[in-house]
Amino acid sequence: MDLILEGILKAFHLLFTLDPEVLGITLLSLQVSGSATLISLFIGISIGTLVALTEFPGRKLVVSLINTGMGLPPVVVGLFVTIFLWRNGPLGFLGILYTPAAMIVAQAVIATPIVMGITLAAIQALPKKLRLQILALGATRLQMVWILVKEARLPLLAGVMAGFGGVISEVGASIMVGGNIKGYSRVLTTATVMETSRGNFDVAIALGIILLLLAYFINLVLTHIQQRERPR
Amino acid sequence: MKRVKKVQAILIGIAILFVMAAWGPAQAQQKNIILSTTTSTQDSGLLDLLIPIFEKKTGYFVKTIAVGSGQAMAMGQKGEADVLLVHSPAAEKKVVAEGYGVNRRIIMHNDFIVVGPAEDPAKIKGVKVTTEVFKKIASAGSLFLSRSDKSGTHTKEMAIWKAAGINPDGQKWYQQTGLGMGQTLNITSEKKGYTLTDRGTYLATKKNLSLDILAEGDAILLNVYHVIEVNPARWPKVNAAGGKAFADFMVSKEAQDIIKTFGVDKFGSPLFFPDAGKKEEELGK
Repeated sequence: MDLILEGILKAFHLLFTLDPEVLGITLLSLQVSGSATLISLFIGISIGTLVALTEFPGRKLVVSLINTGMGLPPVVVGLFVTIFLWRNGPLGFLGILYTPAAMIVAQAVIATPIVMGITLAAIQALPKKLRLQILALGATRLQMVWILVKEARLPLLAGVMAGFGGVISEVGASIMVGGNIKGYSRVLTTATVMETSRGNFDVAIALGIILLLLAYFINLVLTHIQQRERPR
Repeated sequence: MKRVKKVQAILIGIAILFVMAAWGPAQAQQKNIILSTTTSTQDSGLLDLLIPIFEKKTGYFVKTIAVGSGQAMAMGQKGEADVLLVHSPAAEKKVVAEGYGVNRRIIMHNDFIVVGPAEDPAKIKGVKVTTEVFKKIASAGSLFLSRSDKSGTHTKEMAIWKAAGINPDGQKWYQQTGLGMGQTLNITSEKKGYTLTDRGTYLATKKNLSLDILAEGDAILLNVYHVIEVNPARWPKVNAAGGKAFADFMVSKEAQDIIKTFGVDKFGSPLFFPDAGKKEEELGK
């Protein structure tokens, strides 16, 4: 019990003294996971909407693959991204292994199916007649898609939260492709793992608490946007 | 409506900058060195002290990947690292013999110790010969935690079991963590088991462990660290100049002096003993 208390005290100490190392780690976590989420939104929402609105042979297979991807294990993603990014691997010429960029790639791979799956479900849940109605009012196809996405914004924002939550809390891929390099690719989760193995449990708990606080504030902002205006 | 659009555009702009910023610090490749090393050099905090000095001096940027010695050497064999700092002599010799590594040089040593609960159920305290210690643990059926990750420590542990004529695999009292030294020590402490550890990691994490040193000082327990440069003839993409610069720094007087005093203020005794220029055979005498 003492240890947890010590950890909480340490967390506030690190936060209020603005410890530069912890601050850097926190900002990098936010930057890497935020970027990965943005990329996943771009790909996830567009493909998710496309699959939701079109009929094609093998559609069930694609949907089941997307749904499986929602539970993609981060370590497996980490392993494959590492192998692809190796110097002598197929994408080695990029030279981004053990950089924050590699972490963004891996995290985007993890978050994209989550956003895609939720988008798919959200768009499909809209009444079919709505589409006909929008088209009947003279909207182009692109306008129709835009209106549908706007109509589905409540579940879509839930998708954003799920995607972000999935990657900010993820450690397996980040440690493999980022390498947990001090002052460069060390994020909250990988630092927590390292401090635990160093036996610095108070620091590890403190980092954990900072991670929870960060996740909470991001979700607070997103919830605020989500609940700002109830759909008509 | 116009204003909303403007705000959206600004937000998207910020978002793009945000993504680009993370992409930015991809330094020129020849200034990056990938150092593949064992967990003990990182978990003890030694590298946190040495690497900033090296970086400041040379302008290189060191990417430290702390894994077990086995994985570190596998990275070297694949040309995915530039320089290795490892402690698994038999495997190291093989890497050099097969031409994946060159210029293997001794850096420092400390020793392995057998730690366990103060109650010492297998009664190993005071037993001098390590193979006897392992035999006693086996015959008492006391819990033993193994790293089982092909690290230097695990390789040493396997060598001792072999010398003791025991095959611990599959025994009920033998559990394999597959984790680094720090985490394995935590588990050993929680489960009141025995384990083999390097002294450095034990001293650095001792404050949270209820484990005592129960066997030490045997010649078989010597733990020697070497640097190996990855052979650029084998892997042209290797940063050979950077790897050599780091290896040279590790054997320099400056680094050796730091190693000599590292940990004295915190633990009362040094964690590592500098050995540059010595021969492996001279150690432990």
